[in-house]
Amino acid sequence: MTETANMIIRNGYVFDPLNGIDGEVKDVFIRDGKVVHDLTAAERKEAKVIDALGKTVMPGGVDSHAHVAGAKVNAGRLMRPEDHYKTVRSKTNLTHSGSGYTIPSVYKQGYDYAVMGYTTVFEAAMPPLEARHTHEEMRSTPILDMGAYMVLGNNWFIMRYLREGDIEKAAAYTAWMLRTHKGYGIKCVNPAGVENWGWAQNVHGLDEANIHFEVTPREVIRGLAEVSELLGLPVSLHLHANNMGHPGCWEITRESLKIPEGLQPHSKMDVAWSETKLDPRRQQTVYLAHAQFNSFGGTSWRDFCSGAEGVADYVNQVDHVVIDNGMVPFGPGTAMTGDGPGIHDLYMLSGQKWSNTDVELECGSGVIPWNYLKSSPVNSVQWAMGLELLLLVKDPWKTIMTTDHPNGGVFTKYPEVIAWLMSGKAREDTFKECHKWAQDRSSLGGIDREMNLFEIATITRANQARTIGLAHRKGHLGAGADGDVTVYDLDPTRLDVNDYATIKKAFSRSEYTIKDGRIVASRGDILSVPDGRRFYSSPFVDESLEKDMMADVKEWFKYYTLGFANYPVPDKYLKNPVPIAVNQPLEAVVRR
Amino acid sequence: MTFKNIICPVCGASCDDIAVDLGKGNITVKNACKMGNAKFQEIVSDHRIRDPLIRNGGGMKAVSWKEAIDRAAQILVNAKRPLIFMGSETSCEAMEVGLHLGEYLGAVVDSNSTVCHGPTAMGIQEAGRVGATAGQSKSRGDLTVYWGSNPLESMPRHMSRYAVYPRGYWTRRGRFDRTVITVDPRKSVTAENSDLHLQIKPNSDYELISALLTILHGKTPHPSVEETTGVSISQMEEMIEIMKSCNFGVIYVGLGIASSFGKHRNAEAAFNLVKELNNHTKFVIGALRGHCNVAGFNQIASYLYGYPFGLDFSRGYPRYNPGEFTAVDLLRERDVDAAFILSADLVSHFPAACAEYLAEIPVACIDIAPCPTTMVSDVVLPGVIDAMECDGTFYRLDDVPVYFQPFTSSPFSFTASNEDTMKQIFERVKELKGGSGN
Ligand code: SF4
Ligand SMILES: [Zn+2]
Repeated sequence: MTETANMIIRNGYVFDPLNGIDGEVKDVFIRDGKVVHDLTAAERKEAKVIDALGKTVMPGGVDSHAHVAGAKVNAGRLMRPEDHYKTVRSKTNLTHSGSGYTIPSVYKQGYDYAVMGYTTVFEAAMPPLEARHTHEEMRSTPILDMGAYMVLGNNWFIMRYLREGDIEKAAAYTAWMLRTHKGYGIKCVNPAGVENWGWAQNVHGLDEANIHFEVTPREVIRGLAEVSELLGLPVSLHLHANNMGHPGCWEITRESLKIPEGLQPHSKMDVAWSETKLDPRRQQTVYLAHAQFNSFGGTSWRDFCSGAEGVADYVNQVDHVVIDNGMVPFGPGTAMTGDGPGIHDLYMLSGQKWSNTDVELECGSGVIPWNYLKSSPVNSVQWAMGLELLLLVKDPWKTIMTTDHPNGGVFTKYPEVIAWLMSGKAREDTFKECHKWAQDRSSLGGIDREMNLFEIATITRANQARTIGLAHRKGHLGAGADGDVTVYDLDPTRLDVNDYATIKKAFSRSEYTIKDGRIVASRGDILSVPDGRRFYSSPFVDESLEKDMMADVKEWFKYYTLGFANYPVPDKYLKNPVPIAVNQPLEAVVRR
Repeated sequence: MTFKNIICPVCGASCDDIAVDLGKGNITVKNACKMGNAKFQEIVSDHRIRDPLIRNGGGMKAVSWKEAIDRAAQILVNAKRPLIFMGSETSCEAMEVGLHLGEYLGAVVDSNSTVCHGPTAMGIQEAGRVGATAGQSKSRGDLTVYWGSNPLESMPRHMSRYAVYPRGYWTRRGRFDRTVITVDPRKSVTAENSDLHLQIKPNSDYELISALLTILHGKTPHPSVEETTGVSISQMEEMIEIMKSCNFGVIYVGLGIASSFGKHRNAEAAFNLVKELNNHTKFVIGALRGHCNVAGFNQIASYLYGYPFGLDFSRGYPRYNPGEFTAVDLLRERDVDAAFILSADLVSHFPAACAEYLAEIPVACIDIAPCPTTMVSDVVLPGVIDAMECDGTFYRLDDVPVYFQPFTSSPFSFTASNEDTMKQIFERVKELKGGSGN
């Protein structure tokens, strides 16, 4: 296809939080795939014009936490044919066929996101040894720009260094691993606990040392948070806290979030910064994943209740935390996480088919089908909690909307979540349909906050981009940003939030999804299928430190079943790779 | 010149420590087992297929590459319902082209896993699978159970690299730190080298697993199970005791489970047993995949289209129904009218009725050496040997992907790899169909 990729999106109501634009009628100009202030008269004549009169215009959606590529996602696909039979997509001249509802095959997944107005999606957990698999799946995923966080919270090398208090070497190792496997940032899942799962055990407190490595969750969280800032990674530590999914876990979550207190956010990327009114750099030192699953109250399933207030109160008090909610929108999901023991606990509850993969020297994972029912007391509270977390935290710049796809529910439920957030009536109507525990055991019924479109734009794209360190090009419409724009068929001046079906419909199928200045989807149809980019971090540390660290790595590498030479992810597994230079120009990595 | 860290393309172990010395007309191979070594010798063998061949009356004649590609494409385009079969000794990259081609044509695409661990995959679909990468048993495993598998023959280095002999982090004394149990009707070499051998009657795996589950749940199975399985209840109790008291146990199931009576139900039962064992101690289970990259097809077919094998694209979207859209069934029921076979000898390994039918329908294949399948083919395209002559990806027995790099290049000017050949066929198919698109 020949493309000039010059475009004018005319007369829409623009919501661009990073530039403080709240529903102004504006034109958006794109030249060669990038947002610009204006086009020349000649360019205007040639440009593709999109009439957005009476419509809502936002930056392309960014999903900062979804399970969309890699071994564990595919274990889910492989074990759940029942998830695939009834949800199929036929091939067209332009698009591939596919199948799957909660765990769609990659082509279908890319198209479904694009139809909803999303252009960037990040995989939540990439095990290093299986990174080639994650990259293969991302390589096959159409349209979307992607990246993947690398799982390090139970890594032998990291645990050894942290036990020895050698944060510099931990940083050097992380830098090498991110380059070697083309990872984007650090994901920490059930720190110190998943290693214990190698012996069918777990850890239950922040100061409980794990077997043999004798490192505590607190030490791992603090250590990896420091490593992220020492290197200057684009994203802060991305944390899946301990005890997830257990009644009462909200307390350990709050205590975990306290651990990085006092650490300064320090992202040091050598990138071109596009124009934003707000500081595009991340402000947080810890990004908590799927807060809902980490905010359970009560002490057992009998007195189970929401613990969201406790977590939200803490987040309101501090400035170093961002959370995503991990919403449960009801309906089928597939629980999949690096938290192997956590999934085993779910198996003990449900007796469902259950898959698990422990990854040597590195991490683990588990998968189990889950159907969230409105008739279930616990599920109903979970539904309420996901909304509480976003509505109780006052500053939307501290929150991100997700379903922890496909854990809480499938990403195609985002429009429904938006409707609940914007409409008290929508919540009331759901209260009527679901178990009364939702009312009785959460504070949601007493919340009358209704989010506006500016806030929705913040928690569905702008804050995602800023939190993961992509706001230099994503999540906004300032000059220099990627020309990713979504037009929704929603007139903000006529918006009646009681009519939430209209909200849901508008966000389900964009009027236009534009990526790099090119229409990729319109009203449910895929119109073009460009290849997305693959972002990864490329941090360097001083040579002597790297050399010392490599000596350790080589010494312990004999415990792997794959040779050192065959460990890295070669470039050919990435389409359109975009390495982000980190800690450039080079500064010595020294703990402060 | 010596090449190191070469990956062996023969069985699911995907050993990545092979050293190769390639001379003129000879090759010296270090670290590979006998099976692996034999394959490496193929590269200098004189029965290698070197020319594209097409059927000519009773015999085959060498033709130009272009003509052979055209004929292969013609076969696919002229068929109403072609079968595309992806063998396992080739890369995921080649298989991916096969899947795309199948989708384009509305064909059925299947792979070796349909006849080896297909039932195991179906067992996973019933029960899930609690597993681990091979390094977990290397470093932690103190109990290895070979069930219906004989690694000394099907995966010779499995015991030394992953499960029995290696000195891992907590298994510094190798074999001395491990107990080995074999469940096998035969007194195999593996069984002889085990600490406990349960010589089960053939086709009673399901009953034995059920009895073990019963014991694990604290009950005593019905005495008739001794007669059914040939194993005494006291021996079963001993086995459960050993399993419960280990620190890290692993079961490796083989074709003895997947292809005896019960098939995927056996696998399902074994997976359930392991799930329950995790309430007592750490236990995982994996399949001993005798063929190199069978796991790879399962993985890529699942992520590209949603199902692990036996994908029918005739409706324009993927459908899956083992027993209906799987290669053996399609051939036996004469439900396909042409076949394209990549690196697999179906005529030798499939039931006779299938082989006979293959001889009746147009067949194109890619292979490196003459075999019964090339003999029934109308077009034979010379195969390139993965991991020796081109790069690509295999998935190991434990679903860990490995990237392999060649130590020499394709001996042919007309193709660089099987992936390349597949792409050329696909291009020609599109030309013949007068279309573009997917
Ligand atoms: S065990 Fe398998 S992969 Fe390893 S050398 Fe032998 S045949 Fe090759
Ligand atoms: Zn997650």
